[in-house]
Amino acid sequence: MLDKTQMERLEAKAVNSAKTQQPLYAPRKKVFPKRASGSFRRFKWLVMAITLGIYYLTPWLRWDRGPFAPDQAVLIDLANRRFYFFFIEIWPQEFYYVAGLLIMAGIGLFLITSTVGRAWCGYTCPQTVWVDLFLVVERAIEGDRNARMKLDAGPWTARKLVLRVSKHAIWLVIAVATGGAWIFYFADAPTLISEVFTGTAAPVAYVTIAVLTATTYTFGGLMREQVCTYMCPWPRIQAAMLDENSLTVTYNDWRGEPRSRHAKKAHAAGQRVGDCVDCNACVAVCPMGIDIRDGQQLECITCALCIDACDGVMDKLGKERGLISYATLFHYNANMMLATAGGSSSINPSLVRTAVGTFCDQVAYFHIRKIFRPRTYVYMGLWSLIGLGLLYSLLTRDRLELNVLHDRNPQFVTLSDGSIRNGYTVKLLNMIPEPRTIIVAMQGLQGAEMSVVGSDLPADRFFGIAVEPDRLKMLKVFVRQPAGEVRHAAQTFKFRVEDKANFESDEYTATFNAPEIAR
Amino acid sequence: MSDEHIDEVSGISTTGHEWDGIRELNNPLPRWWVITFYITVGWAVAYTIAYPAWPMLSSATKGVLGYSSRNDVKNELAAAEAAKGKYAAAVESKSLSEIASDYALREFAVAAGGAAFKVNCTQCHGSGAQGSKGFPNLNDDDWLWGGTAEQIQQTIAHGIRFASDPDTRLSEMSAFGDIITADQIAQVSAYVASLSGKVRDATLLQPGAKIFAENCVSCHGDKAKGNRELGAPDLTDAIWLYGSGETAVAVQVRAPKHGVMPAWIGRLGETKVKELAVYVHSLGGGE
Repeated sequence: MLDKTQMERLEAKAVNSAKTQQPLYAPRKKVFPKRASGSFRRFKWLVMAITLGIYYLTPWLRWDRGPFAPDQAVLIDLANRRFYFFFIEIWPQEFYYVAGLLIMAGIGLFLITSTVGRAWCGYTCPQTVWVDLFLVVERAIEGDRNARMKLDAGPWTARKLVLRVSKHAIWLVIAVATGGAWIFYFADAPTLISEVFTGTAAPVAYVTIAVLTATTYTFGGLMREQVCTYMCPWPRIQAAMLDENSLTVTYNDWRGEPRSRHAKKAHAAGQRVGDCVDCNACVAVCPMGIDIRDGQQLECITCALCIDACDGVMDKLGKERGLISYATLFHYNANMMLATAGGSSSINPSLVRTAVGTFCDQVAYFHIRKIFRPRTYVYMGLWSLIGLGLLYSLLTRDRLELNVLHDRNPQFVTLSDGSIRNGYTVKLLNMIPEPRTIIVAMQGLQGAEMSVVGSDLPADRFFGIAVEPDRLKMLKVFVRQPAGEVRHAAQTFKFRVEDKANFESDEYTATFNAPEIAR
Repeated sequence: MSDEHIDEVSGISTTGHEWDGIRELNNPLPRWWVITFYITVGWAVAYTIAYPAWPMLSSATKGVLGYSSRNDVKNELAAAEAAKGKYAAAVESKSLSEIASDYALREFAVAAGGAAFKVNCTQCHGSGAQGSKGFPNLNDDDWLWGGTAEQIQQTIAHGIRFASDPDTRLSEMSAFGDIITADQIAQVSAYVASLSGKVRDATLLQPGAKIFAENCVSCHGDKAKGNRELGAPDLTDAIWLYGSGETAVAVQVRAPKHGVMPAWIGRLGETKVKELAVYVHSLGGGE
């Protein structure tokens, strides 16, 4: 029978292992991640399917808004300065909703990071998802790790050329599809796609596709882990986000060390033997090309594929899973104290095990309660507060608005009968995709009447103005007060707009100027 | 600079420079950096050949691409003119009433007239067309020479008391200081001031009305409502070009001032004058 402790040792080395000696301008060490399998890998496939699905399919969802607005569910209409998101329509001045969502995303990221570490990096970051997708293509064409390494090291044969060309061709197709999908968020997707293929789309559409194709291909296919290590600020920020209760992918050296490739021999020789058989499976599957056994490091995106790899090995060896696992520093430290007898010796794995070989009761494990601690309460509270605030504001927001601009030059005009006239630019914002008749009325300013420049309406104190759907209507309004009624050099009065059918109204307090002498 | 010296700690050769025992490591620049540097040098040279760069005696080298920022401006201006062309041509060919009835064309004319007003008219009439003493406010509804778009156009085109234009609007009030006595001037001034409700000494009104009837009605009308044919102002309203009140009126009766406005047709052309007329008419007092 095969010696179970004799796992095959993979030839793998961490790209950052020689950190101390690495020159500043070293060429990239190529990473050839081996295919992993296990629960985390399955979870990552699911996440990839969902995120890519959202990205590619969202522009094609339809949402009926009536005849006066586009029927695309998610649309950023830059030309008309409108943002549509299902039942929500946002005008440029309501951009604070987007700002609020970004703040929520930021706090959400803090919350996630303080509980489950860099889950964003490991599972949902577009860089991770697309690199994963590109690796699927690479594996399908060139084979798994060893085949790829051999191909890479080998001479340029016809076979290598065919494999490489087809790999890059498929990568480019994916990149074009990625860049292509982006533009559909900015215009009616079905119209745009036919324009794109007939060459009649706007130049900016093609430029966007080209730029995003280039970035997708370069970042996903060529640069890969270097984007995370060198370009992305998040690995630097995460150190401030993690605390001793955050889950990170951890190599549990309190049970793994001293690692040994010949456990039985070492055991027979009376040496301490940990669970790690130094098979390097964790290094081989790592898309970042690092060795998690060197401890937590900024390159680690916590994709947990090393957990899958190690669990597979532990299963084969008949040992408990979790030599590499999601663990908090708090529990890790507790277990480390246990294994080193309070820090007095080097790691002795036998200290964490009972006589029959199971883990002893003192070994600490993560519990879901650890997620709920003051820090995460604060994050959750802030996140919910902002979310509720946005929701409240969204549900109670006005879809009818009034803006008034008083003429400054001249501030007033004396007319031949001695009455005083002021000019105002009145802007009516009909923010729903339906035509409306809006009543514009003035309140206060005794005896005054207003007239709309360029309309046949006789001077009065209120008008019904038809406003196009989803549009701003600008009126030039002259307000005229008879000489005898002028009370002060600056009187205030109100413009009031009202949509009786929708029970909406808005007011604006304006000033009416008159010369001092007219009092 | 003799034998190659290798630094013991780093194992890297040194440049041979030594200062008090401190040596400089010979770490060559990364190749990509050097290549980038040479590319930028090449780019700079090519740039000075392609674009105007080297100063010569009278001007700079032209550059083989023939680029010129002045040409850019010229082209942009030409493009802007071309973009306006459709409307400008319409303004030129259409009558003022046709312009007024076409919303887009009217907007264009108001904007273009506003721009021309800022350049040519604000010096006297003010940037808000609000005028000042001696310079009429164009926002109000009182017009010396008429407030329809056509009348405004005529005024702008040919000016007022502008001697070199034969079609100019011409009128002059006599200096009554030579015709009637100072007392009579005081009386008629009080009467005129009373027409718009400001009266100090009621005893002057009766003789003042008589003097007015004898001397003034021929131009200002028997109800003192003025006469636009002659540019005679309405004396019953609240608007006074040279100031309201008895004193200001008396000054004007004794030795009237007469404002002059240049004729603009020769300088701005018919289209601009039309645009200006539409703009002034839009200010709120247009008839």
